[in-house]
Amino acid sequence: MATATEQWVLVEMVQALYEAPAYHLILEGILILWIIRLLFSKTYKLQERSDLTVKEKEELIEEWQPEPLVPPVPKDHPALNYNIVSGPPSHKIVVNGKECINFASFNFLGLLDNPRVKAAALASLKKYGVGTCGPRGFYGTFDVHLDLEDRLAKFMKTEEAIIYSYGFATIASAIPAYSKRGDIVFVDRAACFAIQKGLQASRSDIKLFKHNDMADLERLLKEQEIEDQKNPRKARVTRRFIVVEGLYMNTGTICPLPELVKLKYKYKARIFLEESLSFGVLGEHGGGVTEHYGINIDDIDLISANMENALASIGGFCCGRSFVIDHQRLSGQGYCFSASLPPLLAAAAIEALNIMEENPGIFAVLKEKCRQIHKALQGISGLKVVGESLSPAFHLQLEESTGSREQDVRLLQEIVDQCMNRSIALTQARYLEKEEKCLPPPRFFIKCFHFS
Amino acid sequence: MREVDLKWARRSPGIVEINVVQRSSAEQTQGKEPKQNGRTHFYDKLIVESFEEAPLHVMVFTYMGYGIGTLFGYLRDFMRNWGIEKCNAAVERKEQRDFVPLYQDFENFYTRNLYMRIRDNWNRPICSAPGALFDVMERVSDDYNWTFRFTGRVIKDVINMGSYNFLGLAAKYDESMRTIKDVLEVYGTGVASTRHEMGTLDKHKELEDLVAKFLNVEAAMVFGMGFATNSMNIPALVGKGCLILSDELNHTSLVLGARLSGATIRIFKHNNTQSLEKLLRDAVIYGQPRTRRAWKKILILVEGVYSMEGSIVHLPQIIALKKKYKAYLYIDEAHSIGAVGPTGRGVTEFFGLDPHEVDVLMGTFTKSFGAAGGYIAGRKDLVDYLRVHSHSAVYASSMSPPIAEQIIRSLKHLMGMDGTTQGLQRVRQLAKNTRYFRQRLQEMGFIIYGNENSPVVPLLLYMPGKVAAFARHMLEKKIGVVVVGFPATPLAEARARFCVSAAHTREMLDTVLEALDEMGDLLQLKYSRHKKSARPELYDETSFELED
Repeated sequence: MATATEQWVLVEMVQALYEAPAYHLILEGILILWIIRLLFSKTYKLQERSDLTVKEKEELIEEWQPEPLVPPVPKDHPALNYNIVSGPPSHKIVVNGKECINFASFNFLGLLDNPRVKAAALASLKKYGVGTCGPRGFYGTFDVHLDLEDRLAKFMKTEEAIIYSYGFATIASAIPAYSKRGDIVFVDRAACFAIQKGLQASRSDIKLFKHNDMADLERLLKEQEIEDQKNPRKARVTRRFIVVEGLYMNTGTICPLPELVKLKYKYKARIFLEESLSFGVLGEHGGGVTEHYGINIDDIDLISANMENALASIGGFCCGRSFVIDHQRLSGQGYCFSASLPPLLAAAAIEALNIMEENPGIFAVLKEKCRQIHKALQGISGLKVVGESLSPAFHLQLEESTGSREQDVRLLQEIVDQCMNRSIALTQARYLEKEEKCLPPPRFFIKCFHFS
Repeated sequence: MREVDLKWARRSPGIVEINVVQRSSAEQTQGKEPKQNGRTHFYDKLIVESFEEAPLHVMVFTYMGYGIGTLFGYLRDFMRNWGIEKCNAAVERKEQRDFVPLYQDFENFYTRNLYMRIRDNWNRPICSAPGALFDVMERVSDDYNWTFRFTGRVIKDVINMGSYNFLGLAAKYDESMRTIKDVLEVYGTGVASTRHEMGTLDKHKELEDLVAKFLNVEAAMVFGMGFATNSMNIPALVGKGCLILSDELNHTSLVLGARLSGATIRIFKHNNTQSLEKLLRDAVIYGQPRTRRAWKKILILVEGVYSMEGSIVHLPQIIALKKKYKAYLYIDEAHSIGAVGPTGRGVTEFFGLDPHEVDVLMGTFTKSFGAAGGYIAGRKDLVDYLRVHSHSAVYASSMSPPIAEQIIRSLKHLMGMDGTTQGLQRVRQLAKNTRYFRQRLQEMGFIIYGNENSPVVPLLLYMPGKVAAFARHMLEKKIGVVVVGFPATPLAEARARFCVSAAHTREMLDTVLEALDEMGDLLQLKYSRHKKSARPELYDETSFELED
């Protein structure tokens, strides 16, 4: 029965073939031939060049000449002839064999050669040796680290603090831990290089606002709000951050924190505050810019600072609420994948904190000295002071530039050399000219300090 | 060293094992033979590496374990959301409840539900120097690892198999460290300035000269943090329009440095020279994608010893490739400097190659020298360029003086400049300890990854439950081990990682090995299919046949 139906179907087909019009058959024939051609023709990728022979490939490999690994550097570049410091970099510093007064180290509270700090570091050296031989997760957590984190949290009156072993890596690891691709960060134009690197690593959208200009920031926030209304689903998952510094390293000005907090609640963005220069400097007890303005510390989501300025140690820390800080213990790259801070440096930082807590008068003395120096330097012809009178790290800029950056740099270097001859150690502010987003003009970088 | 007959590897068809035994001689590398000091060099040591795969049932149970954990995680999240279970995690402030949430729920799923159960095995605080024996502070948790409290007791004299203390130089203070005390008293602890401004001390200059001498290169530069050495100097060397070829399993700092540089990154399979060659050929022949312009430069990023695998880079082949295709080579010797090589000078010495053939030698001082910080060494023009253009030299503070003194002391010790041969003895002791430890573990039947000369020994555990049980039991036996799971390793290959040290005595290693033997039987960890019998004369036989 099956074969009969098959045969019948076949006969029907053949009949249909005879009865079909000619054009139909020709069209179908052409179609079938085209399909066969396509099936058997060679495929070619649009990307690759067609068919280089092996000989041509070898020739290309022979001919290719890469650039040299590093371009040559001029021999008289100042960075190749560093100022060699022998002896402690305290307020009297021996540079290139000559003793000078030091206006070039970030030794604000003068704790670099404090005997108590050195004794604490020595005690720690005797007990723990030097290195920690491991990251925090793998037996690199010492009780000294936990102590230091506790003390820092208490000092800043926050819930928790986390320590990094290098100041630069602190903010550069903290920002990418929270802000990812697709999030929006509003950052000041004068932000320091470490913040720029952190933002680059985070791959978020960066929006720069004019330095300390709250109106500009509000404009950007408003624009973002309008964007959000167009796409509310995306807006619900896009995090917003404002990154500012307490005391800006590049301009010596203080950020207007009360207005920032108002903007934070109005536009629902979180604030990350970088307090490297203001920790241990501003505020009655050295608590930084939040104490200076009297703002509730919980209003700031994350405070990050490095311990290399006021605390005269090495490393950095972040403090804030546990909800925010605990996340960095698993996702801060500089914390999880790097060895922990050597215990002697942590002990030195603890002792420095002790000194800061016992003598809250040093902050007032430091402020007074800064004011004096600012006033004294105001009247110099040809140079203007950039920075507030409260700031211990400020700049002296040429009032009129000679026109070319190199000439300015050379002129400033001459002045530095002359001062060095008269036993004053100054330095120019150093920048990587090709890497900075907003390159400041050449100028001196002066740091005041307190010494007992 | 002797040659192993390859026949037995193919005799058992079901096993997929990569047992690389190769004769790596100068003739095999393309091009001319490298000459060392005028003599033709002939490196004929065998490279013995193994990365055995686990039996199928183990993988099945591993994935099942994760599956069950995930299901319970969903259940717990559900209960926490509905308030049936108390939520112990920190929460957002009341005033900020209507902000966009800081963490997405699913980002932290693994942390909340799987990691939190076993997190007492990490971040264990210690209160002594991280030598061969150390003291661990006892801590307990009353609420299933959400918070810890210290009981006040200290577990003394725990054998340290977790810290990177390869040469045993991390120890409590003794009289040989008095130079560090002097430096501390004169210089203080901090520097408070960058290298370009006022932060270059004479100690740094002394250290850099010593490092260059140790590594037998022209110049070196030191930095304050090992992680930052990579992330701040790779962007200074390469930029847009350059190509970076990076190994699959490179460390986070290398990946971060490569990303920050802005160059194009292509990944080749771990330690696989064929994969690297293919990428190099394609790069040189076809140039940049779409524009077809030639690449400005090609930089190959590899590590000396990979810390999670224990494998040593196949350096002779990579150098041959680099010469043929005119690429530049950057080696991160964080785990291999001081630890491999007859005098501890790293992988170049291990393979008997000239260090000038590697363009950029990078390393850290944390692991073998018991300090902190990193260095980059190479030709003088490279180091001069980095002195001017490195991000760290301009913006980050320099190394602290007592740390620099510790490194100077360790280097002098290793080079024999302090008048003793103890440094060399430490390197030899480390090599002996490594071989002994690895050999015994393989005899017992554990799956060990990596090269037989690498002091980092990963022992595979696979299942998440065993990871926690292993670490906890070992601490009860007073042995401190490091266990690593996802995301530092692939999901199904959780492992325990031992770091052999020159400070470990034979008795300590035997104690550890006995404990491991017990653990292996208790937790069923002996997955290897090549159980060799424990006859010590096995390696001296000229021919052997596996009975199985």
